[in-house]
Amino acid sequence: MTNDSEEKQPPRPAEAEKSAGTPAAPSASPFAPGGTPSSEAPAKPVAPSAAAAAIPPKPGAPAKPPGPPPPPKEAPPKPAPLDNDLVRRYKTRFSGAIQEALLDRRQAILVIAADRLLEIARYSRDEEDFNLLVDLTAVDWPKREKRFDLVLNLYSFPKNERLRIKALVAENEPVPSVESVWPTANWLEREAFDMFGIVFEGHSNLKRLLLPEEWQGYPLRKDYDILQQDEAWVRENLGIDSGQ
Amino acid sequence: MAERYKTAGTNVETTVLGADEIILNMGPQHPSTHGVLRVKLRLDGEKVVGSECVIGYLHRGVEKIAEHRNYQQFAPYVDRMDYVAAVSNGLGYCEAVEKLLGVEAPPRARVIRTILTELQRIASHLFWLGTHALDIGALTPLFYCLREREEILKIFEKYCGARLTTHAFRIGGMQYEAYDELEKDVERFCKDFDKRVDEYEALLTENRIWVGRTKGIGVLTADAAIAMGVTGPVLRASGVQWDIRKAMPYAAYDQYEFSIPTGKSGDTYDRYLVRLEEMRQSRKICLQAIEKIPAGPILGKVGKVLKPPPGEIYHSIEGPKGELGYYIVSDGTTQPYRVRIRPPSLMNLEALDQMIRGHLVADVVAVIGTLDIVLGEVDR
Amino acid sequence: MNVIMPYVLPVLFALVIVALLPLLAGYIVLVERKVMADMQVRLGPMRVGPHGLLQPIADAVKLLLKEDIIPENADRLVFWGAPLISVTAAMLALAALPIGPFFQIADLNIGLLFILGVSSLGIFGIVLGGWASNSHYSLLGALRSAAQLVSYETSAGLAIVGALLLAGTLSTRGIVQAQSATGWWFIFVAPVGFFIYLVASIAETNRAPFDMPEAESELVAGYMTEYSGFRWALYFLAEYTNMIVVASIATTLFLGGWLRPFANTPLFNFLDYLPPLLMLGVAGYCFWRAPKQPVAVQKMFMVAVGLLCIALTLALAMPLAAPAGSLLASSKAGIHGAFWFLFKVAAYIYVFMWLRFTFPRYRFDQLMRLGWQFLVPLSIVNVMGMGLGLALHRQLNWPAAPALILGIVLTLAAGAYLLATGEKHEHPRVGEEEETSVDA
Repeated sequence: MTNDSEEKQPPRPAEAEKSAGTPAAPSASPFAPGGTPSSEAPAKPVAPSAAAAAIPPKPGAPAKPPGPPPPPKEAPPKPAPLDNDLVRRYKTRFSGAIQEALLDRRQAILVIAADRLLEIARYSRDEEDFNLLVDLTAVDWPKREKRFDLVLNLYSFPKNERLRIKALVAENEPVPSVESVWPTANWLEREAFDMFGIVFEGHSNLKRLLLPEEWQGYPLRKDYDILQQDEAWVRENLGIDSGQ
Repeated sequence: MAERYKTAGTNVETTVLGADEIILNMGPQHPSTHGVLRVKLRLDGEKVVGSECVIGYLHRGVEKIAEHRNYQQFAPYVDRMDYVAAVSNGLGYCEAVEKLLGVEAPPRARVIRTILTELQRIASHLFWLGTHALDIGALTPLFYCLREREEILKIFEKYCGARLTTHAFRIGGMQYEAYDELEKDVERFCKDFDKRVDEYEALLTENRIWVGRTKGIGVLTADAAIAMGVTGPVLRASGVQWDIRKAMPYAAYDQYEFSIPTGKSGDTYDRYLVRLEEMRQSRKICLQAIEKIPAGPILGKVGKVLKPPPGEIYHSIEGPKGELGYYIVSDGTTQPYRVRIRPPSLMNLEALDQMIRGHLVADVVAVIGTLDIVLGEVDR
Repeated sequence: MNVIMPYVLPVLFALVIVALLPLLAGYIVLVERKVMADMQVRLGPMRVGPHGLLQPIADAVKLLLKEDIIPENADRLVFWGAPLISVTAAMLALAALPIGPFFQIADLNIGLLFILGVSSLGIFGIVLGGWASNSHYSLLGALRSAAQLVSYETSAGLAIVGALLLAGTLSTRGIVQAQSATGWWFIFVAPVGFFIYLVASIAETNRAPFDMPEAESELVAGYMTEYSGFRWALYFLAEYTNMIVVASIATTLFLGGWLRPFANTPLFNFLDYLPPLLMLGVAGYCFWRAPKQPVAVQKMFMVAVGLLCIALTLALAMPLAAPAGSLLASSKAGIHGAFWFLFKVAAYIYVFMWLRFTFPRYRFDQLMRLGWQFLVPLSIVNVMGMGLGLALHRQLNWPAAPALILGIVLTLAAGAYLLATGEKHEHPRVGEEEETSVDA
């Protein structure tokens, strides 16, 4: 059983190179950590994207919040707009919903409208072969109007590509659940709910995953204060001041 | 239907015995839930008709901690997630931060990283094999496995002074230069390791009881596995030949020859065979790697203070348990804005429910064992 | 004399057994741990006493001092009483076993039937204990135990029948005497019966690979989950006593009881010197190791063990040296018989341990399938095969060897057929039909 696998060609690297070469567009294909490490040298990938980035001064990237300090190193990696076949396909299909396409450190990012997440997810899985939902998580930017980035990391086995889909979500704004597309999202969305309080509509069993049911607050939000939480708990359960 | 009520003063659910279904609360203190996993099983007799995992007993808020440490300070924390494979965790984190910074570890560091990570993979698989066999009732393989794992831990100890939570790597390269006899030690270990794997196989592979207990148990088809986000040996046993070491090589894996073992039926027996073969392949990688460790510096050009430019990175490695990913968002300060760890065990565990439906209680422990979960990683 | 033989002596024997049995069980545990350690490349208990020799004592003290916890919702009376039933039943069974030609509490004419009947009562203790604990693990363990015992008692009983046909008596003493008369232990005449009994007895005593009722990785500790301290120790004692009982039955029935190997061949009389020499060897080892012990107490203990072995050597050697016809010489049969009996029992128990550390555990349905679909039919065929062989031999005056071999071959053929067809019936997933989801 294990022996025959030796005869099989490990097809992936070859495929990886192919997909790295074939998708047109000057910018590197949107698949994440370089197919071959020889192309992983940091200077190389940065050069074209940096050049591209030089022209438009970061067209409304999801407001990387506090002032980006200029690191004095050579050609720092920077998010740059991305325009390749994949992005164009998405854009033609969901014209308004794709708000932005970025390339950050050779990884493709699509920023989409949250309300069309489910459609886009289904399209990604069925048409673009992103059949593995690697991860679903969120990032909190409390100063922004829509404070959460909902981040879906996708992987395509046939293409050996990664794609990151981001949806901007406001607090208390329900997001369509992608559980029906990738069943694994069940727990991941529960965790996002648990940690950020993002409510997923259509989720089969939306309750806390890691924290106890009666937990107050959402720990991974930036304004979550552990001390406050601790004091409240001590006061409630032990009837004393924690004195911390 | 069993009528449930709460025992006065405690939180324990007990049931008045009914004729049809009972709820068996397995864990969090149970000999074979590998830590503090709690599985609520709905049983019809001994047959599982439904289950629910209750996790989080080991939740330490690692992702929150990361936001309050700087990049180097957080590195030791990742060792505490999958504490059976700390070196792999460290590799994933360091490489992710390196990518975020746009630096790269020098070749020497990358090769040594590969050696140590492969040793760690063997150690993790050995520990899995021992405990898995123990769950199924074979008492002896555990000690044979621990004997070999001990050799690996000794190498780690010689290298960095720690055995379990090693913190072996540093962002940008290595913490320590390899000690003089590293190659010799690894070679000595690898030399008779193949025979040792044969020894385990002699105990289990053809054993009627072992085959009876594992064949056809916890079947996960390739499609179901992908849908459930399962990665690593569990996915490969379902017939998907996918290994990040090959698909998107990192460290120095592109320089070595090894094959990706896959299974056919995606049952517990296949997962067992796949992992055994993976140990052999890891040994092969180690042997190739020690042949030629390039000379040169072990630490790349990273400053004392790490300030990655704003942006984000998702980097993942093939951990012993599956795809171990780090999604790091930087806001340009010395502390990560957000660190998300993609734990393979969590997604693998999620598939437990559909794997055990219709099986017996005894199979539940077999399936939990075969998923090779580490609760430190599931709960973080 | 009229009073001593029928009354006083049995009581004395009974007292000796009841007093020594816990100690013996404790030391079987120690040996088990040592054997396990040896198979698992480690040392095992080494701390209490030299080579951990006092470990059983320490364990016993610990168990007796432990808090006796009774779960809140348990049925207290049954919870208290259940271990007693188990241990009593197990001990009662020892009454009819001949440990040597003299050392036997009672030679019942229905001896074997009595042993089987009484030892099966022990299951009540397990079922009641599991039920009274009011815990799911305990209940599942108890149910498994009951089902398992019923299944394997059947094949064990049928396996025994095969040997009984040969002996023609149920009296345990009579069975051994039958083997003595022919000079053939029944294991050689009825090997299939012995094999079936070996498997069934492992299952009956709930030992791995059939330790379903207490499978620690599934049911924590099965029916014993809620027990602690003394009551737990009673269950433990019952389990090890049961091991001794089944080993004794096998010894009596198949391994020639108290008979020395080749008892009827004068050529092998030198084997009589083996027991004292063995004891002498152990004593010598103790004396040799004694100075190397780290602590003075341990040195003394080691010497004491050596002296004990010397005493045993003397006891075993004196009848050999005594002039023929003296009282001492006539005690040879009793003393040496006891030695050989215990030696065989120990060997049988060693096989138990060996299997336990080698094999993974069966699943419950597999265990049942093995019991009902393989062992029970095989043991029925075995009885018929034995019957056929004996009929040919006794009624049709065939020579013994071909007649019995024919029976065995037929049985083995049936067994092979069962094995070949049994494979097809394995369903990994039971009852695929209904799928329900769990609600919080």
